[in-house]
Amino acid sequence: MEKSKYQKIVKKYTPKPPILKNGVVAFIIGGIMGVLGNFLVNFYSYSFDLSSKDASVFMIITLVFLGCLLTCLGFFDKWVNFAKCGLIVPITGFAHAMMSAALEYRKEGLVTGVGANMFKLAGSVIIFGVVSAYIFGLLRIIIMGV
Amino acid sequence: MTFKYNNVYINSTCTITGPYEKRGPLGKYFDKSYDDFYFNEPTWEQAETKLIVENVNMLLKKINLKSSDISVHIGSDLLNQIVATNYSSSKLGIPLIGIYSACSSSVLGLILASNMIDSKQINNAIVTSSSHNNSAEKQFRNPVEYGGPKKDYTTFTTTGCASCFLSNAKDKIKVESATLGTVVDMGVCDVFNMGAVMAPAAAKVISDHLKETNRTIEYYDLILTGDLGVVGKFILKDYLKEEHNIYLKNYDDSACMIFDIDKQPVYQGGSGISCLPLVSYSYIFDKMKNGKLNKVLLVATGALMNPSMCNQKLSIPSIAHAISLEVSK
Repeated sequence: MEKSKYQKIVKKYTPKPPILKNGVVAFIIGGIMGVLGNFLVNFYSYSFDLSSKDASVFMIITLVFLGCLLTCLGFFDKWVNFAKCGLIVPITGFAHAMMSAALEYRKEGLVTGVGANMFKLAGSVIIFGVVSAYIFGLLRIIIMGV
Repeated sequence: MTFKYNNVYINSTCTITGPYEKRGPLGKYFDKSYDDFYFNEPTWEQAETKLIVENVNMLLKKINLKSSDISVHIGSDLLNQIVATNYSSSKLGIPLIGIYSACSSSVLGLILASNMIDSKQINNAIVTSSSHNNSAEKQFRNPVEYGGPKKDYTTFTTTGCASCFLSNAKDKIKVESATLGTVVDMGVCDVFNMGAVMAPAAAKVISDHLKETNRTIEYYDLILTGDLGVVGKFILKDYLKEEHNIYLKNYDDSACMIFDIDKQPVYQGGSGISCLPLVSYSYIFDKMKNGKLNKVLLVATGALMNPSMCNQKLSIPSIAHAISLEVSK
């Protein structure tokens, strides 16, 4: 049988992902995450008398901490699996990816295990984050001159 | 390539599983089950090693033999360099043949043992097949605690070890014949769709077996494939019909039997080396001994997946081996 014909059989029986449902869930949970982030920014800037720029740094630290803590407690993976991009795209997803890899390799030593494998999933986010930051920074200088 | 056997019997089996299999519909058929994934060991790899050692020791107790009485141990698992088998063997002290043929290793082990017993090279053999959900996830996929979404059509690796003791001493279950599979690649690159990867290999070996033994599909009371899952099962049926003109009857897939697919979070069913032997050594052999099944064809299917090759955008080859078991009269 031709490979293309076989692909047709495969396609016929392989369930399609519920894109609309996933999108709605991610939209709602991602939105809630946004509200939570904004609440934290306001909370920090009111309670500690910080500028909103400084307060947003504290907000990020808080969310990263929560993402890591809940991953270690062992149920964040189930939340992420349900919410999908609603929890992966915010900074919690980054924390979750780092923490889960670190947990997995802890028994293989601090240097050869945690250190070497912690960026297994999140490493490419950092690399391409930095690279794209450079590109957009250059574009900004070229176009706007600032 | 089909082999005929005159004098090979499966005398005894032993099955140990993890928590998900225990809660599945076949839970009561297993010899022992654990409630966690560590089995009092510090890591999953060591847990899998312990599983094999404990399983072989339980089997030796059942058949009343010492490890020095066993000619050969044929073992397989999913880890790199089949470490779980190798490390367990250092504790067992039985001459070892370590094999890797992904999830089809269980039947390949039975074939190798049967060949050596039938040609009187050895007196007896123990064949173990083990897999561990977390150590396999760690090796082939993402970290276990990472919750990134999986495709709905993926499968869930079974945790467990199944072993059996083969010899030429007459017993209820006879190894009648076996067919070695050939590697098939139908261009599927999706690492989650293992059923689609393996179905053509299963179809090839089933058709080869029927041709070389001059049998029809009705000859068997049950044809049991390894770990195709719900999706793969449908694909196999359709593909066999179109490509080999074989209409599957009395067919089931062990991936769909070991878990309760509607209630357990296992996607399309089980997978892994231990999936087929866990189901067949416990539930199916029970049925054979009770006279409900007479002739059974076990078809273990293996996706020869390697993450590096998948990243190089190559499709995943697959292999399947078949072994025919009969109730001896």
